[in-house]
Amino acid sequence: MARPPTNGKGSGMPLEIAQRVDAQGLSCPMPIVKTAQAVKLMVSGQLLEVLATDAGSSKDFAAWCKTTGNELVESSVEGGVYRFVLRRK
Amino acid sequence: MDEPINLVLFSGTDDRLQAAAVMTAGAAALGRRVNIFLQYWALDAFRKDRIAAGRGLSAEAGEAGAALVAAAAKAGQSPWHETLRQAKELGEVDIQACSLSMDVLKIEEDDLDPLVDGVEGVTAFYLNAGDGHIVFI
Repeated sequence: MARPPTNGKGSGMPLEIAQRVDAQGLSCPMPIVKTAQAVKLMVSGQLLEVLATDAGSSKDFAAWCKTTGNELVESSVEGGVYRFVLRRK
Repeated sequence: MDEPINLVLFSGTDDRLQAAAVMTAGAAALGRRVNIFLQYWALDAFRKDRIAAGRGLSAEAGEAGAALVAAAAKAGQSPWHETLRQAKELGEVDIQACSLSMDVLKIEEDDLDPLVDGVEGVTAFYLNAGDGHIVFI
């Protein structure tokens, strides 16, 4: 299991995930579409966790965050499952 | 990144429409505006009484390709019209029917699925396209 996200300041305090999207099994571009839909309903600073299995996910989520200005806090892959934590801008 | 993405859909086969729907949904998720112009067989595919009917694949798919596409659909891949519907909910996607194709194919505006926002000519399409890329599918 991946570690819970931390606040990056060395305190080891897990950050609070406000919203989750399970996009496992969905093909491109649905993981990004579901993510964009979820982020729309969140408020600035909140964290979203996304799980996906689409092989293009790592590059797609990095590109999506870069373009939209949301922050990609964590990006990892384990056993074919990609996990992302995003902070809404 | 203010210029829209402009897609001219000509082919009415399921695989090309699926590819176009994916391009549209991805752009909508990035906050890009998308203008879609429907010509000929793509326009025919947007008739409300036929939009959910399978329309076959490009010739190059062959039997093996058709089997793979069918397996993806069975595994839960959204059909192209559903992907477009989600793209429209998410962002700014404007779908216009080509007025010439409407004439040639004897299609009335009432015959079209509500996904289609209206009818326009090629001049209006170019005007709305601005300096954005135009992709023909």
